[in-house]
Amino acid sequence: MTVQKLPIAKAINESLRKAMENDPKVLIMGEDVGKLGGVFRVTDGLQKDFGEGRVIDTPLAESGIVGTAIGLALRGYRPVVEIQFDGFVFPAYDQIVTQLAKMHARALGKIKLPVVIRIPYGGGIGAVEHHSESPEALFAHVPGLKVVSPSNASDAYWMMQQAIQSDDPIIYFEPKRRYWDKSEVDTEAIPGPLHKARTVVAGSDLTLVAYGPMVKVCVEAAAAAAEEGKSIEVLDLRSMSPIDFDAVQASVEKTRRLVVVHEAPVFYGAGAEIAARITERSFYHLEAPVLRVGGYHAPYPPARLEEEYLPGLDRVLDAVDRSLAY
Amino acid sequence: MTVESTAARKPRRSSKRTGSSAGKAVADPQLVQLLTPEGQRVEHPDYDVDLTPEELRGLYRDMVLTRRFDAEATALQRQGELGLWASLLGQEAAQIGSGRALRDDDYVFPTYREHGVAWCRGVNPTNLLGMFRGVNHGGWDPNSNNFHLYTIVIGSQTLHATGYAMGVAKDGADSAVIAYFGDGASSQGDVAESFTFSAVYNAPVVFFCQNNQWAISEPTEKQTRVPLYQRAQGYGFPGIRVDGNDVLACLAVTRSALERARRGEGPTLIEAFTYRMGAHTTSDDPTKYRADEEREAWEAKDPILRLKTYLENEGHADEAFFTSLEEESETLGKQVREAVRAMPDPDRMAIFENIYADGHALVDEERAQFAAYQASFADGEGK
Repeated sequence: MTVQKLPIAKAINESLRKAMENDPKVLIMGEDVGKLGGVFRVTDGLQKDFGEGRVIDTPLAESGIVGTAIGLALRGYRPVVEIQFDGFVFPAYDQIVTQLAKMHARALGKIKLPVVIRIPYGGGIGAVEHHSESPEALFAHVPGLKVVSPSNASDAYWMMQQAIQSDDPIIYFEPKRRYWDKSEVDTEAIPGPLHKARTVVAGSDLTLVAYGPMVKVCVEAAAAAAEEGKSIEVLDLRSMSPIDFDAVQASVEKTRRLVVVHEAPVFYGAGAEIAARITERSFYHLEAPVLRVGGYHAPYPPARLEEEYLPGLDRVLDAVDRSLAY
Repeated sequence: MTVESTAARKPRRSSKRTGSSAGKAVADPQLVQLLTPEGQRVEHPDYDVDLTPEELRGLYRDMVLTRRFDAEATALQRQGELGLWASLLGQEAAQIGSGRALRDDDYVFPTYREHGVAWCRGVNPTNLLGMFRGVNHGGWDPNSNNFHLYTIVIGSQTLHATGYAMGVAKDGADSAVIAYFGDGASSQGDVAESFTFSAVYNAPVVFFCQNNQWAISEPTEKQTRVPLYQRAQGYGFPGIRVDGNDVLACLAVTRSALERARRGEGPTLIEAFTYRMGAHTTSDDPTKYRADEEREAWEAKDPILRLKTYLENEGHADEAFFTSLEEESETLGKQVREAVRAMPDPDRMAIFENIYADGHALVDEERAQFAAYQASFADGEGK
C-alpha cells in the first residue's frame, strides 16, 4: 500500500528512513536523535535500524553540529541535522550564515554542500522560552540558503526527500504544533517541484498566503468566510526561499486582494517581502493594499499569552474583512 | 639520498648530538626543540627526524621561497595591487615543518595565513592572492590539492576539519586531517566544540595552533591563563608545545601526531610557539601595541637563519646552493608580481554565479534584470 494516513512527524520519519535506505551517504545528526528518537520522536527507531554511525547523537553544541556537518558534506556525506528547537539555532547561526551558505560560491562552484538542517519551529504548544519562535526570515534573507516548510504529511514526506537530494544547503522548518496532524501520503507519487506554491483552497474574492503552521488556520478562515458568502483562495507557499512569486501573482491577479499570514513578527518578515513584490508586480490589479497578519515586534510571549500573540481565525478574518472593505 | 651521504651523515650527527647534549640540552622540557636558535642539533626524548641533506635543503628552500612570496605580496599590497595581505613572516618553520609532514591524501583546513602550508600542498601561489586582490572569496577547488579555502571567521574551520575527519574515519581511510588556527582563535567556541567533537568521535584530526603571540593587538595573555597546549588534557587528548621556529621539531611533532591519528588514536593539539614578525595584516600597526625589543628578541630565533647555520656548519649546503636559491627566489617574486598584475577583474555577471548548486528563482530574476540594465547602456559598456 503506497497511500497511508500519517501524522507529519511520522511522515518525516518515513522520509528519513527511505533516504537512508537509498543512499548510504545520508547521515542523521543532532542532540537526542538516537536512542530517544528526538524529543518529538521524528527520528524514532532510525538508530536502531541504521546504527550509531549513521544516526549520530551529538554533544550539546549547535555550532559543532552544523560545523561538523559541513566537514562531513565536504567529505561526500549528506548530513541531515536536527536543531532541537527554533530558539536554539542561534549558536549555529554563524556556521550556517558565514560558512554553509557561502562555501559553494567561494569555491567557484567546485564543491557542494548538501546539508539539510531540520528545525521544529513555531508556537502553540505551551512551551517555555526559546521553544516557539519563527526565525525563517533570518535564513531566507541569506543568499546561499534555501528555506522550506511543509504544512501537511505528504509535503513533509516529499519535501524532505527533495531537500536531501538537493546539492544546496536547505533549512527545513517543521511546524511542530502540526506534528500530530494526519493526512494522506502517497509514497509512490511523483512530487511537484520543491519550491512551487500550492493552491489549497480555490477562491475568487481574496488570496490568503501562508506556509507551515498557518496554512491550517487559513483553510479554516476560508471555510468560515465561505459561510458568509466570501470566496477565499488559500495558497500554501511551501518555500520561503525561493518564493514562488509567479503563483502568488497569478492568484492575486485573479482575486485582486492579498493577505499574508505567518507566525513570525510582521516587521521585516516574509509578509513584507511578499507585499512589496506583489505590489511591484501587480500594482494595477490590486483593489486593496496587501495586508499582513503575524506576530508582534515583541519577544515570543509566555505560554499563557501565546494565543494572543499567534494569528488565529479571528485575526485572519478581521484582515480579510478590512481588505474586502476597500 | 645516496648511500654515501647517509653513511657520512650518521656519525657526524651523532657526534654533534653528543657534543650538544653535554653543553646545551633542551632548555625547556615542555618545548620540543631539535634545532636551537644557534643552529645546533639537540635531542628530545620523544621526537626526532632523520633527514638527508637533500631533504634538509628542501625544507630550507621551502622556507626561503615562502618568505620571498610573502614579501612580494606585502610589497604588492603597498603598491596598491592587493587590498590586504596577511603576512606569515616569522612563521615559516611552523608552516613548512607541519606542511611537509602531510601525505598527499591528508586534508588541510587553513585559516587565512597558511601560505607556507599551501606551498607544501602544491597550491598555485597566485590562487592565494585572488581574495586579497578582491577578485574572488577563495577561488580554488579544495579537492584538487586537499587544501580547503582560507577561512576568515576565526576558528570556524576547526569544526569543518573535525567533521571531515569523522568522514575519513567512516570511510575506513587511513588519511588524516589538519586544522590550522591561531592563539586568538583558541578563545572561540568553535575551537572548543571541535575539541569536544573530535575527542568524542575519536576523529583523525590534528589541531595545529600557531601561537604567534598576538591576535592583532591582543597578547596571548588575553586569550588564556594556561599554556594553550595544556587545554587538550581537559578534552582527553594529548597536547604538545613545539618550538614553532624550529622546522625540524615542527616536522617531527606533526608527523607523530598525524601517525597517531592514522592509527585510530584520535586527535592531538600541537601548539607551535612562534612569533608574527610583521603586522597582523597590512592594515595593522604593531608599533602601537608591542615593544621593539620583543621583536628583536624573536629575530634572534629566526627559523630560516637557524637552519642556514646548521646547513653550513654540517656542510650540507654549499655556496652554489644558496646563490641558486637566491636566483630562484627572485624569479618567484617576479612571477608573482606579474601574475597579480595580469589577474583580470572578474566578469560582472560573476556576482550571480555559484550562489546555488541547483539554481534559485530570485537569483535568476535578478541576474536577468542586471544583464538587461547593463545592456541598456548605449555604448555597450555593459557587455
